[in-house]
Amino acid sequence: MACYTPCAVVPESDMKIKVSSLRAWFGNHEVLKGIDLAIPAREVTAIIGPSGCGKSTFIRCLNRMHELIAGARSEGHVLLDDTDVYAPGVDPVLLRRRVGMVFQKPNPFPSMSIRDNVLAGLRLTSRLERAKAAEIVERALRHAALWDEVKDKLDKPGTSLSGGQQQRLCIARTLAVDPEVVLMDEPCSALDPIATARIEDLLHDLRRDYTIVIVTHNLQQATRVSNKTAFFLQGELVELNDTERMFTSPQDRRTEDYITGKFG
Amino acid sequence: MGRRIDISRRREGILAEKAFAWLCRLAVFLPLVILLWLLGKVVATGIGRIDLDFLTEAPSQLDAATGGIWPALMGSVWLIGLTAAVSLPIGVGAAVYLEEYGKRSRLATLIEIAIANLAGVPSIIYGMLGLGLFVRALALGETVLAGALTLSLLVLPVVIMSSREALRTVKDALREAALGLGATRWQTTRHVVLPMAMPGILTGAILAISRAIGETAPLVVVGAVGFILFAPDGVDSEYTALPMQIFQWTSSPQRAFLVNAAAGIVVLMFTLFLLNSVAILLRNRFQKRMY
Repeated sequence: MACYTPCAVVPESDMKIKVSSLRAWFGNHEVLKGIDLAIPAREVTAIIGPSGCGKSTFIRCLNRMHELIAGARSEGHVLLDDTDVYAPGVDPVLLRRRVGMVFQKPNPFPSMSIRDNVLAGLRLTSRLERAKAAEIVERALRHAALWDEVKDKLDKPGTSLSGGQQQRLCIARTLAVDPEVVLMDEPCSALDPIATARIEDLLHDLRRDYTIVIVTHNLQQATRVSNKTAFFLQGELVELNDTERMFTSPQDRRTEDYITGKFG
Repeated sequence: MGRRIDISRRREGILAEKAFAWLCRLAVFLPLVILLWLLGKVVATGIGRIDLDFLTEAPSQLDAATGGIWPALMGSVWLIGLTAAVSLPIGVGAAVYLEEYGKRSRLATLIEIAIANLAGVPSIIYGMLGLGLFVRALALGETVLAGALTLSLLVLPVVIMSSREALRTVKDALREAALGLGATRWQTTRHVVLPMAMPGILTGAILAISRAIGETAPLVVVGAVGFILFAPDGVDSEYTALPMQIFQWTSSPQRAFLVNAAAGIVVLMFTLFLLNSVAILLRNRFQKRMY
Protein backbone atom coordinates (compact mmCIF):
# COMPACT_ATOMS: atom_id res chain seq x y z
CA MET A 1 0.00 0.00 0.00
CA ALA A 2 1.13 3.53 -0.68
CA CYS A 3 1.65 5.88 2.19
CA TYR A 4 0.36 9.29 3.07
CA THR A 5 3.60 11.17 2.96
CA PRO A 6 5.48 11.20 -0.34
CA CYS A 7 6.92 7.74 -0.82
CA ALA A 8 9.56 8.69 -3.31
CA VAL A 9 11.07 11.86 -4.58
CA VAL A 10 9.51 12.55 -7.92
CA PRO A 11 11.21 15.00 -10.23
CA GLU A 12 9.16 18.13 -10.91
CA SER A 13 8.88 17.34 -14.57
CA ASP A 14 7.32 13.91 -14.05
CA MET A 15 3.95 13.41 -15.60
CA LYS A 16 1.46 11.40 -13.57
CA ILE A 17 -1.15 11.11 -16.29
CA LYS A 18 -0.66 11.27 -20.03
CA VAL A 19 -3.79 11.55 -22.13
CA SER A 20 -3.74 11.03 -25.88
CA SER A 21 -6.52 11.16 -28.49
CA LEU A 22 -9.18 10.83 -25.84
CA ARG A 23 -12.68 10.96 -27.26
CA ALA A 24 -15.95 10.56 -25.39
CA TRP A 25 -19.61 10.37 -26.30
CA PHE A 26 -23.05 10.56 -24.76
CA GLY A 27 -25.04 8.48 -27.21
CA ASN A 28 -24.19 10.00 -30.59
CA HIS A 29 -23.12 13.31 -29.17
CA GLU A 30 -19.35 13.64 -29.13
CA VAL A 31 -18.34 15.61 -26.03
CA LEU A 32 -14.56 15.13 -26.22
CA LYS A 33 -13.01 15.35 -29.65
CA GLY A 34 -9.53 14.00 -29.18
CA ILE A 35 -7.73 15.42 -26.16
CA ASP A 36 -3.95 15.27 -25.75
CA LEU A 37 -2.78 16.46 -22.38
CA ALA A 38 -0.28 15.57 -19.69
CA ILE A 39 -0.88 16.14 -15.99
CA PRO A 40 2.16 16.69 -13.78
CA ALA A 41 2.58 14.75 -10.55
CA ARG A 42 2.03 16.52 -7.24
CA GLU A 43 0.69 19.67 -8.73
CA VAL A 44 -2.75 21.13 -9.15
CA THR A 45 -4.02 21.22 -12.70
CA ALA A 46 -7.15 23.28 -13.27
CA ILE A 47 -9.56 22.59 -16.11
CA ILE A 48 -11.52 25.65 -17.15
CA GLY A 49 -14.00 26.35 -19.89
CA PRO A 50 -17.63 27.33 -20.49
CA SER A 51 -20.51 25.02 -19.54
CA GLY A 52 -20.78 22.01 -21.81
CA CYS A 53 -17.17 22.18 -23.00
CA GLY A 54 -16.50 18.65 -21.76
CA LYS A 55 -14.37 19.49 -18.73
CA SER A 56 -16.34 17.31 -16.32
CA THR A 57 -16.50 14.49 -18.83
CA PHE A 58 -12.73 14.78 -19.24
CA ILE A 59 -11.93 14.13 -15.62
CA ARG A 60 -14.60 11.43 -15.42
CA CYS A 61 -12.72 9.66 -18.19
CA LEU A 62 -9.55 9.67 -16.09
CA ASN A 63 -10.98 7.24 -13.53
CA ARG A 64 -13.46 5.63 -15.92
CA MET A 65 -16.54 7.02 -14.21
CA HIS A 66 -17.82 8.37 -17.53
CA GLU A 67 -18.66 4.93 -18.87
CA LEU A 68 -21.00 4.25 -15.92
CA ILE A 69 -23.62 6.55 -17.40
CA ALA A 70 -26.09 4.76 -19.66
CA GLY A 71 -25.23 5.42 -23.30
CA ALA A 72 -21.85 6.96 -22.51
CA ARG A 73 -18.60 5.65 -23.98
CA SER A 74 -15.05 6.76 -24.56
CA GLU A 75 -11.91 5.77 -26.42
CA GLY A 76 -8.28 6.78 -26.49
CA HIS A 77 -5.38 6.42 -24.13
CA VAL A 78 -4.99 7.56 -20.55
CA LEU A 79 -1.64 6.53 -19.15
CA LEU A 80 -1.43 6.44 -15.38
CA ASP A 81 2.25 5.92 -14.59
CA ASP A 82 2.65 4.29 -18.01
CA THR A 83 -0.30 1.91 -17.61
CA ASP A 84 -3.11 2.59 -20.05
CA VAL A 85 -6.26 2.65 -17.93
CA TYR A 86 -8.28 1.77 -21.03
CA ALA A 87 -6.18 -1.28 -21.84
CA PRO A 88 -8.04 -4.57 -21.72
CA GLY A 89 -7.49 -6.27 -18.39
CA VAL A 90 -7.48 -3.02 -16.42
CA ASP A 91 -10.10 -3.19 -13.69
CA PRO A 92 -11.85 0.19 -13.39
CA VAL A 93 -12.78 -0.67 -9.79
CA LEU A 94 -9.11 -0.96 -8.81
CA LEU A 95 -8.24 2.09 -10.90
CA ARG A 96 -10.67 4.19 -8.88
CA ARG A 97 -8.83 3.29 -5.69
CA ARG A 98 -5.76 4.98 -7.15
CA VAL A 99 -7.64 7.84 -8.78
CA GLY A 100 -10.17 9.21 -6.31
CA MET A 101 -12.92 11.71 -6.99
CA VAL A 102 -14.66 14.54 -5.18
CA PHE A 103 -17.98 15.55 -6.66
CA GLN A 104 -19.74 18.82 -7.32
CA LYS A 105 -22.27 18.47 -4.53
CA PRO A 106 -21.15 17.12 -1.19
CA ASN A 107 -22.49 13.57 -1.07
CA PRO A 108 -21.71 11.97 2.30
CA PHE A 109 -23.53 8.68 2.87
CA PRO A 110 -26.67 9.64 4.83
CA SER A 111 -26.82 6.28 6.57
CA MET A 112 -23.36 6.70 8.07
CA SER A 113 -21.74 8.65 10.89
CA ILE A 114 -18.84 11.01 10.26
CA ARG A 115 -16.41 8.26 11.25
CA ASP A 116 -18.08 5.67 9.02
CA ASN A 117 -18.12 8.08 6.11
CA VAL A 118 -14.36 8.47 6.34
CA LEU A 119 -13.94 4.70 6.52
CA ALA A 120 -16.56 3.99 3.86
CA GLY A 121 -14.12 3.37 1.02
CA LEU A 122 -12.12 0.87 3.04
CA ARG A 123 -15.15 -0.71 4.61
CA LEU A 124 -17.15 -1.03 1.40
CA THR A 125 -14.27 -2.83 -0.21
CA SER A 126 -13.51 -4.75 3.00
CA ARG A 127 -9.93 -3.58 3.28
CA LEU A 128 -10.33 -2.10 6.74
CA GLU A 129 -8.14 -3.31 9.53
CA ARG A 130 -10.14 -2.51 12.63
CA ALA A 131 -7.13 -1.74 14.77
CA LYS A 132 -6.11 1.01 12.38
CA ALA A 133 -9.56 2.56 11.97
CA ALA A 134 -9.17 5.31 14.57
CA GLU A 135 -5.79 6.28 13.20
CA ILE A 136 -7.03 6.40 9.61
CA VAL A 137 -10.03 8.51 10.60
CA GLU A 138 -7.93 11.06 12.43
CA ARG A 139 -5.28 11.24 9.74
CA ALA A 140 -7.77 11.64 6.89
CA LEU A 141 -9.81 14.24 8.77
CA ARG A 142 -6.68 16.19 9.69
CA HIS A 143 -5.55 16.03 6.11
CA ALA A 144 -8.91 17.43 5.03
CA ALA A 145 -8.65 20.17 7.70
CA LEU A 146 -11.81 18.96 9.39
CA TRP A 147 -10.48 17.15 12.45
CA ASP A 148 -10.73 20.00 14.94
CA GLU A 149 -14.31 20.71 14.02
CA VAL A 150 -15.60 17.15 14.26
CA LYS A 151 -13.31 15.26 16.64
CA ASP A 152 -15.90 15.40 19.43
CA LYS A 153 -18.82 14.24 17.32
CA LEU A 154 -17.50 11.47 15.12
CA ASP A 155 -20.65 9.46 15.77
CA LYS A 156 -22.96 12.18 14.48
CA PRO A 157 -24.37 11.64 11.00
CA GLY A 158 -22.22 13.02 8.18
CA THR A 159 -25.22 14.87 6.83
CA SER A 160 -25.52 16.89 10.06
CA LEU A 161 -22.51 18.99 9.04
CA SER A 162 -22.65 22.24 7.08
CA GLY A 163 -22.21 22.10 3.30
CA GLY A 164 -18.57 23.11 3.43
CA GLN A 165 -17.82 20.63 6.20
CA GLN A 166 -19.63 17.91 4.25
CA GLN A 167 -17.43 18.60 1.25
CA ARG A 168 -14.29 18.37 3.39
CA LEU A 169 -15.71 15.14 4.82
CA CYS A 170 -16.02 13.86 1.26
CA ILE A 171 -12.41 14.88 0.64
CA ALA A 172 -11.37 13.03 3.80
CA ARG A 173 -13.32 10.01 2.62
CA THR A 174 -11.45 10.10 -0.67
CA LEU A 175 -8.06 10.54 1.03
CA ALA A 176 -8.69 7.64 3.42
CA VAL A 177 -8.53 5.26 0.48
CA ASP A 178 -5.01 6.58 -0.11
CA PRO A 179 -5.25 7.52 -3.79
CA GLU A 180 -2.41 8.99 -5.84
CA VAL A 181 -4.60 11.26 -7.90
CA VAL A 182 -7.59 13.26 -6.66
CA LEU A 183 -10.07 14.48 -9.25
CA MET A 184 -12.33 17.32 -8.19
CA ASP A 185 -15.40 18.22 -10.20
CA GLU A 186 -16.27 21.81 -9.30
CA PRO A 187 -15.96 20.97 -5.60
CA CYS A 188 -16.87 24.47 -4.44
CA SER A 189 -19.76 25.30 -6.73
CA ALA A 190 -22.33 24.45 -4.04
CA LEU A 191 -20.45 26.26 -1.25
CA ASP A 192 -20.38 29.77 0.14
CA PRO A 193 -17.24 31.95 -0.19
CA ILE A 194 -15.90 31.12 3.28
CA ALA A 195 -16.28 27.38 2.81
CA THR A 196 -14.74 27.78 -0.63
CA ALA A 197 -11.72 29.57 0.83
CA ARG A 198 -11.18 26.75 3.30
CA ILE A 199 -11.16 24.16 0.53
CA GLU A 200 -8.77 26.27 -1.52
CA ASP A 201 -6.40 26.49 1.46
CA LEU A 202 -6.70 22.75 1.77
CA LEU A 203 -5.67 22.29 -1.86
CA HIS A 204 -2.40 24.07 -1.17
CA ASP A 205 -1.59 21.47 1.46
CA LEU A 206 -2.83 18.49 -0.50
CA ARG A 207 -0.72 19.11 -3.55
CA ARG A 208 2.38 18.17 -1.62
CA ASP A 209 1.15 14.59 -1.54
CA TYR A 210 -1.32 14.21 -4.34
CA THR A 211 -1.74 14.89 -8.00
CA ILE A 212 -4.85 17.02 -8.23
CA VAL A 213 -7.04 17.80 -11.21
CA ILE A 214 -9.76 20.32 -10.48
CA VAL A 215 -12.56 21.37 -12.77
CA THR A 216 -13.73 24.88 -12.02
CA HIS A 217 -15.93 27.48 -13.63
CA ASN A 218 -14.41 30.06 -11.37
CA LEU A 219 -11.38 31.60 -13.08
CA GLN A 220 -10.16 33.33 -9.94
CA GLN A 221 -10.20 29.96 -8.24
CA ALA A 222 -8.04 28.50 -10.99
CA THR A 223 -5.49 31.30 -10.51
CA ARG A 224 -5.52 30.83 -6.75
CA VAL A 225 -5.12 27.07 -6.53
CA SER A 226 -3.47 25.70 -9.66
CA ASN A 227 0.01 25.43 -11.15
CA LYS A 228 -1.20 24.48 -14.61
CA THR A 229 -4.41 25.40 -16.35
CA ALA A 230 -6.07 23.76 -19.32
CA PHE A 231 -8.72 25.63 -21.28
CA PHE A 232 -11.38 23.48 -22.92
CA LEU A 233 -13.80 24.68 -25.58
CA GLN A 234 -16.46 22.58 -27.29
CA GLY A 235 -14.79 19.30 -26.52
CA GLU A 236 -11.30 20.39 -27.53
CA LEU A 237 -8.26 21.46 -25.59
CA VAL A 238 -7.47 24.99 -26.69
CA GLU A 239 -4.53 25.73 -24.47
CA LEU A 240 -2.52 24.21 -21.66
CA ASN A 241 -0.07 26.40 -19.85
CA ASP A 242 1.37 27.43 -16.54
CA THR A 243 -1.49 29.09 -14.75
CA GLU A 244 0.35 32.36 -14.37
CA ARG A 245 1.18 32.56 -18.06
CA MET A 246 -2.29 31.47 -19.05
CA PHE A 247 -3.88 34.37 -17.23
CA THR A 248 -1.27 37.02 -18.08
CA SER A 249 -0.31 36.19 -21.65
CA PRO A 250 -2.57 33.56 -23.18
CA GLN A 251 -1.25 32.09 -26.42
CA ASP A 252 -4.60 31.54 -28.06
CA ARG A 253 -7.07 34.23 -29.02
CA ARG A 254 -10.00 32.15 -27.76
CA THR A 255 -8.37 31.73 -24.36
CA GLU A 256 -7.90 35.46 -24.13
CA ASP A 257 -11.52 36.11 -25.06
CA TYR A 258 -12.71 33.63 -22.44
CA ILE A 259 -10.58 34.83 -19.54
CA THR A 260 -11.35 38.45 -20.27
CA GLY A 261 -15.05 37.64 -20.15
CA LYS A 262 -15.91 38.15 -23.82
CA PHE A 263 -17.94 34.91 -23.69
CA GLY A 264 -18.68 32.07 -21.33
CA MET B 1 -51.54 53.40 -12.06
CA GLY B 2 -53.74 50.32 -11.86
CA ARG B 3 -57.21 50.33 -10.40
CA ARG B 4 -57.35 49.91 -6.69
CA ILE B 5 -58.81 46.50 -5.72
CA ASP B 6 -61.56 46.55 -3.14
CA ILE B 7 -60.32 43.92 -0.73
CA SER B 8 -63.49 43.62 1.30
CA ARG B 9 -65.71 42.52 -1.57
CA ARG B 10 -66.56 38.92 -2.40
CA ARG B 11 -63.90 37.40 -4.65
CA GLU B 12 -65.15 36.15 -8.05
CA GLY B 13 -65.28 32.37 -8.34
CA ILE B 14 -65.29 31.87 -4.62
CA LEU B 15 -68.38 29.67 -4.73
CA ALA B 16 -66.87 27.27 -7.25
CA GLU B 17 -63.75 27.18 -5.14
CA LYS B 18 -65.67 26.22 -2.03
CA ALA B 19 -67.81 23.71 -3.88
CA PHE B 20 -64.70 22.00 -5.18
CA ALA B 21 -63.17 21.78 -1.72
CA TRP B 22 -66.38 20.21 -0.42
CA LEU B 23 -66.44 17.75 -3.31
CA CYS B 24 -62.93 16.67 -2.40
CA ARG B 25 -63.92 16.30 1.23
CA LEU B 26 -66.87 14.17 0.18
CA ALA B 27 -64.60 11.97 -1.93
CA VAL B 28 -62.61 11.21 1.19
CA PHE B 29 -65.36 10.82 3.76
CA LEU B 30 -68.16 9.13 1.81
CA PRO B 31 -66.20 5.92 1.10
CA LEU B 32 -64.85 6.08 4.62
CA VAL B 33 -68.35 6.17 6.09
CA ILE B 34 -69.54 3.33 3.88
CA LEU B 35 -66.48 1.30 4.77
CA LEU B 36 -66.89 1.90 8.48
CA TRP B 37 -70.56 1.00 8.29
CA LEU B 38 -69.77 -2.31 6.53
CA LEU B 39 -66.97 -3.01 8.93
CA GLY B 40 -69.15 -2.25 11.91
CA LYS B 41 -71.84 -4.57 10.63
CA VAL B 42 -69.43 -7.43 10.07
CA VAL B 43 -67.78 -6.95 13.43
CA ALA B 44 -71.15 -6.69 15.20
CA THR B 45 -72.30 -9.91 13.56
CA GLY B 46 -69.12 -11.88 13.99
CA ILE B 47 -67.39 -10.70 17.13
CA GLY B 48 -69.62 -12.71 19.44
CA ARG B 49 -68.63 -15.90 17.68
CA ILE B 50 -64.89 -15.39 18.17
CA ASP B 51 -63.36 -17.14 21.14
CA LEU B 52 -60.38 -19.39 21.67
CA ASP B 53 -62.28 -22.40 20.40
CA PHE B 54 -63.20 -20.62 17.19
CA LEU B 55 -59.54 -19.88 16.54
CA THR B 56 -58.18 -23.29 17.49
CA GLU B 57 -60.76 -25.82 16.28
CA ALA B 58 -61.61 -27.33 12.95
CA PRO B 59 -64.90 -26.28 11.35
CA SER B 60 -68.05 -28.27 11.74
CA GLN B 61 -70.28 -28.90 8.75
CA LEU B 62 -73.31 -29.72 10.82
CA ASP B 63 -73.42 -27.24 13.64
CA ALA B 64 -72.53 -23.66 12.85
CA ALA B 65 -72.24 -22.82 16.51
CA THR B 66 -69.34 -25.20 17.12
CA GLY B 67 -65.96 -25.60 15.49
CA GLY B 68 -63.72 -22.89 14.11
CA ILE B 69 -61.22 -21.78 11.54
CA TRP B 70 -57.96 -23.32 12.72
CA PRO B 71 -57.17 -25.15 9.44
CA ALA B 72 -57.94 -22.05 7.35
CA LEU B 73 -55.96 -19.75 9.64
CA MET B 74 -52.93 -22.04 9.55
CA GLY B 75 -53.38 -22.55 5.81
CA SER B 76 -53.18 -18.80 5.33
CA VAL B 77 -50.13 -18.56 7.58
CA TRP B 78 -48.39 -21.26 5.52
CA LEU B 79 -49.36 -19.57 2.27
CA ILE B 80 -48.13 -16.17 3.39
CA GLY B 81 -44.89 -17.52 4.81
CA LEU B 82 -44.05 -19.49 1.69
CA THR B 83 -45.18 -16.71 -0.63
CA ALA B 84 -42.96 -14.22 1.17
CA ALA B 85 -40.03 -16.64 1.18
CA VAL B 86 -40.32 -17.13 -2.58
CA SER B 87 -41.38 -13.72 -3.86
CA LEU B 88 -39.16 -11.47 -1.72
CA PRO B 89 -35.73 -12.73 -2.79
CA ILE B 90 -36.78 -13.14 -6.41
CA GLY B 91 -38.62 -9.83 -6.53
CA VAL B 92 -35.89 -7.78 -4.88
CA GLY B 93 -33.25 -9.57 -6.94
CA ALA B 94 -35.08 -8.79 -10.16
CA ALA B 95 -35.53 -5.17 -9.12
CA VAL B 96 -31.82 -4.84 -8.29
CA TYR B 97 -30.91 -6.31 -11.66
CA LEU B 98 -33.21 -3.97 -13.55
CA GLU B 99 -32.22 -0.83 -11.60
CA GLU B 100 -28.56 -1.37 -10.81
CA TYR B 101 -27.24 -3.62 -13.54
CA GLY B 102 -29.54 -3.86 -16.54
CA LYS B 103 -30.27 -0.19 -17.04
CA ARG B 104 -28.71 0.07 -20.47
CA SER B 105 -30.03 -3.05 -22.12
CA ARG B 106 -33.00 -3.26 -24.42
CA LEU B 107 -33.90 -6.53 -22.73
CA ALA B 108 -34.39 -4.69 -19.45
CA THR B 109 -36.81 -2.28 -21.12
CA LEU B 110 -38.80 -5.21 -22.53
CA ILE B 111 -38.87 -6.92 -19.16
CA GLU B 112 -40.03 -3.69 -17.58
CA ILE B 113 -43.00 -3.41 -19.94
CA ALA B 114 -43.87 -7.07 -19.39
CA ILE B 115 -43.83 -6.65 -15.62
CA ALA B 116 -46.03 -3.57 -15.71
CA ASN B 117 -48.56 -5.52 -17.80
CA LEU B 118 -48.37 -8.60 -15.60
CA ALA B 119 -49.31 -6.52 -12.57
CA GLY B 120 -52.67 -5.85 -14.23
CA VAL B 121 -53.53 -9.45 -15.14
CA PRO B 122 -56.61 -10.76 -13.24
CA SER B 123 -55.68 -13.11 -10.44
CA ILE B 124 -57.68 -16.03 -11.81
CA ILE B 125 -55.36 -16.12 -14.82
CA TYR B 126 -52.50 -16.70 -12.40
CA GLY B 127 -54.59 -19.51 -10.96
CA MET B 128 -54.78 -21.15 -14.40
CA LEU B 129 -51.04 -20.71 -14.86
CA GLY B 130 -50.42 -22.22 -11.43
CA LEU B 131 -52.67 -25.15 -12.26
CA GLY B 132 -50.88 -25.87 -15.50
CA LEU B 133 -47.36 -25.20 -14.26
CA PHE B 134 -47.12 -26.16 -10.61
CA VAL B 135 -50.00 -28.55 -10.01
CA ARG B 136 -49.72 -30.50 -13.27
CA ALA B 137 -46.43 -29.94 -15.14
CA LEU B 138 -44.27 -29.91 -12.03
CA ALA B 139 -46.61 -32.46 -10.45
CA LEU B 140 -46.76 -30.69 -7.11
CA GLY B 141 -50.42 -31.60 -6.84
CA GLU B 142 -53.00 -29.60 -4.97
CA THR B 143 -50.62 -28.74 -2.18
CA VAL B 144 -49.99 -25.65 -0.12
CA LEU B 145 -46.66 -25.28 -1.95
CA ALA B 146 -48.40 -25.12 -5.33
CA GLY B 147 -50.79 -22.53 -3.87
CA ALA B 148 -47.95 -20.44 -2.46
CA LEU B 149 -45.98 -20.56 -5.71
CA THR B 150 -49.08 -19.41 -7.58
CA LEU B 151 -49.57 -16.53 -5.16
CA SER B 152 -45.85 -15.71 -5.53
CA LEU B 153 -46.31 -15.30 -9.28
CA LEU B 154 -49.27 -13.07 -8.55
CA VAL B 155 -47.42 -10.70 -6.22
CA LEU B 156 -44.05 -10.80 -7.96
CA PRO B 157 -44.77 -7.97 -10.44
CA VAL B 158 -45.94 -5.73 -7.61
CA VAL B 159 -42.94 -6.62 -5.44
CA ILE B 160 -40.58 -5.91 -8.35
CA MET B 161 -42.21 -2.61 -9.21
CA SER B 162 -42.36 -1.31 -5.65
CA SER B 163 -38.77 -2.42 -5.00
CA ARG B 164 -37.60 -0.62 -8.14
CA GLU B 165 -39.44 2.46 -7.01
CA ALA B 166 -37.65 2.25 -3.67
CA LEU B 167 -34.26 1.73 -5.34
CA ARG B 168 -34.91 4.73 -7.56
CA THR B 169 -35.30 7.02 -4.54
CA VAL B 170 -31.62 6.46 -3.70
CA LYS B 171 -29.68 9.32 -5.26
CA ASP B 172 -27.22 8.55 -8.04
CA ALA B 173 -24.74 10.83 -6.30
CA LEU B 174 -24.42 8.20 -3.57
CA ARG B 175 -23.85 5.40 -6.07
CA GLU B 176 -21.16 7.51 -7.74
CA ALA B 177 -19.59 8.29 -4.37
CA ALA B 178 -19.27 4.59 -3.58
CA LEU B 179 -18.06 3.62 -7.05
CA GLY B 180 -15.61 6.53 -6.97
CA LEU B 181 -14.11 5.08 -3.81
CA GLY B 182 -13.33 1.88 -5.65
CA ALA B 183 -16.34 -0.14 -4.59
CA THR B 184 -17.78 -2.68 -7.00
CA ARG B 185 -21.37 -2.56 -8.23
CA TRP B 186 -22.22 -5.30 -5.76
CA GLN B 187 -20.54 -3.55 -2.81
CA THR B 188 -22.28 -0.33 -3.74
CA THR B 189 -25.64 -2.06 -3.99
CA ARG B 190 -25.20 -4.12 -0.85
CA HIS B 191 -23.83 -1.46 1.49
CA VAL B 192 -25.13 1.84 0.15
CA VAL B 193 -28.19 1.37 -2.05
CA LEU B 194 -30.04 -1.52 -0.43
CA PRO B 195 -29.83 -0.23 3.17
CA MET B 196 -31.28 3.08 2.04
CA ALA B 197 -33.98 1.49 -0.08
CA MET B 198 -34.88 -1.17 2.48
CA PRO B 199 -37.76 0.65 4.24
CA GLY B 200 -39.43 1.29 0.90
CA ILE B 201 -38.79 -2.23 -0.36
CA LEU B 202 -40.25 -3.78 2.79
CA THR B 203 -43.30 -1.58 2.80
CA GLY B 204 -44.04 -2.37 -0.83
CA ALA B 205 -43.40 -6.07 -0.40
CA ILE B 206 -45.59 -6.45 2.64
CA LEU B 207 -48.41 -4.52 1.01
CA ALA B 208 -48.11 -6.80 -2.02
CA ILE B 209 -48.17 -9.88 0.17
CA SER B 210 -51.18 -8.51 2.04
CA ARG B 211 -52.89 -8.60 -1.29
CA ALA B 212 -52.15 -12.28 -1.59
CA ILE B 213 -53.66 -13.05 1.77
CA GLY B 214 -57.10 -11.98 0.57
CA GLU B 215 -56.94 -13.82 -2.75
CA THR B 216 -59.47 -16.56 -3.33
CA ALA B 217 -59.88 -17.01 -7.07
CA PRO B 218 -56.43 -18.42 -7.91
CA LEU B 219 -56.60 -20.75 -4.91
CA VAL B 220 -59.89 -22.17 -6.08
CA VAL B 221 -58.25 -23.01 -9.39
CA VAL B 222 -55.09 -24.58 -7.96
CA GLY B 223 -57.15 -26.74 -5.65
CA ALA B 224 -57.39 -25.29 -2.20
CA VAL B 225 -60.21 -27.23 -0.59
CA GLY B 226 -63.22 -25.49 0.87
CA PHE B 227 -63.62 -27.79 3.78
CA ILE B 228 -60.81 -29.49 5.65
CA LEU B 229 -60.40 -30.57 9.24
CA PHE B 230 -56.63 -30.34 9.59
CA ALA B 231 -54.02 -27.62 9.45
CA PRO B 232 -51.18 -28.20 6.94
CA ASP B 233 -48.27 -30.12 8.41
CA GLY B 234 -45.84 -29.57 5.55
CA VAL B 235 -45.45 -27.98 2.12
CA ASP B 236 -47.11 -30.99 0.50
CA SER B 237 -50.28 -30.87 2.61
CA GLU B 238 -53.78 -30.23 1.47
CA TYR B 239 -54.89 -26.83 2.65
CA THR B 240 -57.50 -24.17 2.73
CA ALA B 241 -57.17 -20.45 3.39
CA LEU B 242 -59.18 -17.87 5.31
CA PRO B 243 -60.93 -16.35 2.29
CA MET B 244 -61.75 -19.86 1.01
CA GLN B 245 -63.31 -20.80 4.34
CA ILE B 246 -65.25 -17.56 4.45
CA PHE B 247 -66.46 -18.15 0.91
CA GLN B 248 -67.53 -21.65 1.83
CA TRP B 249 -69.50 -20.43 4.83
CA THR B 250 -71.23 -17.62 2.95
CA SER B 251 -72.37 -20.03 0.26
CA SER B 252 -73.89 -22.34 2.84
CA PRO B 253 -77.72 -22.41 2.79
CA GLN B 254 -78.05 -22.21 6.57
CA ARG B 255 -78.08 -18.63 7.82
CA ALA B 256 -76.25 -19.58 11.00
CA PHE B 257 -73.08 -20.10 9.01
CA LEU B 258 -73.16 -16.45 7.98
CA VAL B 259 -72.19 -15.57 11.53
CA ASN B 260 -69.15 -17.80 11.13
CA ALA B 261 -68.33 -16.04 7.86
CA ALA B 262 -68.50 -12.67 9.60
CA ALA B 263 -66.29 -13.93 12.38
CA GLY B 264 -63.89 -15.30 9.76
CA ILE B 265 -63.76 -11.89 8.08
CA VAL B 266 -62.88 -10.27 11.39
CA VAL B 267 -60.04 -12.76 11.86
CA LEU B 268 -58.81 -12.17 8.29
CA MET B 269 -58.84 -8.41 8.76
CA PHE B 270 -57.06 -8.69 12.06
CA THR B 271 -54.37 -10.83 10.43
CA LEU B 272 -53.97 -8.19 7.72
CA PHE B 273 -53.79 -5.49 10.32
CA LEU B 274 -51.11 -7.44 12.16
CA LEU B 275 -49.13 -7.92 8.96
CA ASN B 276 -49.28 -4.23 8.12
CA SER B 277 -48.25 -3.31 11.65
CA VAL B 278 -45.20 -5.52 11.26
CA ALA B 279 -44.46 -3.70 8.00
CA ILE B 280 -44.58 -0.35 9.70
CA LEU B 281 -42.46 -1.54 12.63
CA LEU B 282 -39.84 -2.97 10.29
CA ARG B 283 -39.79 0.22 8.25
CA ASN B 284 -39.34 2.36 11.33
CA ARG B 285 -36.52 0.16 12.57
CA PHE B 286 -34.68 0.49 9.29
CA GLN B 287 -35.34 4.20 9.11
CA LYS B 288 -33.93 4.75 12.57
CA ARG B 289 -30.61 3.41 11.40
CA MET B 290 -30.71 5.99 8.62
CA TYR B 291 -30.45 9.15 10.73
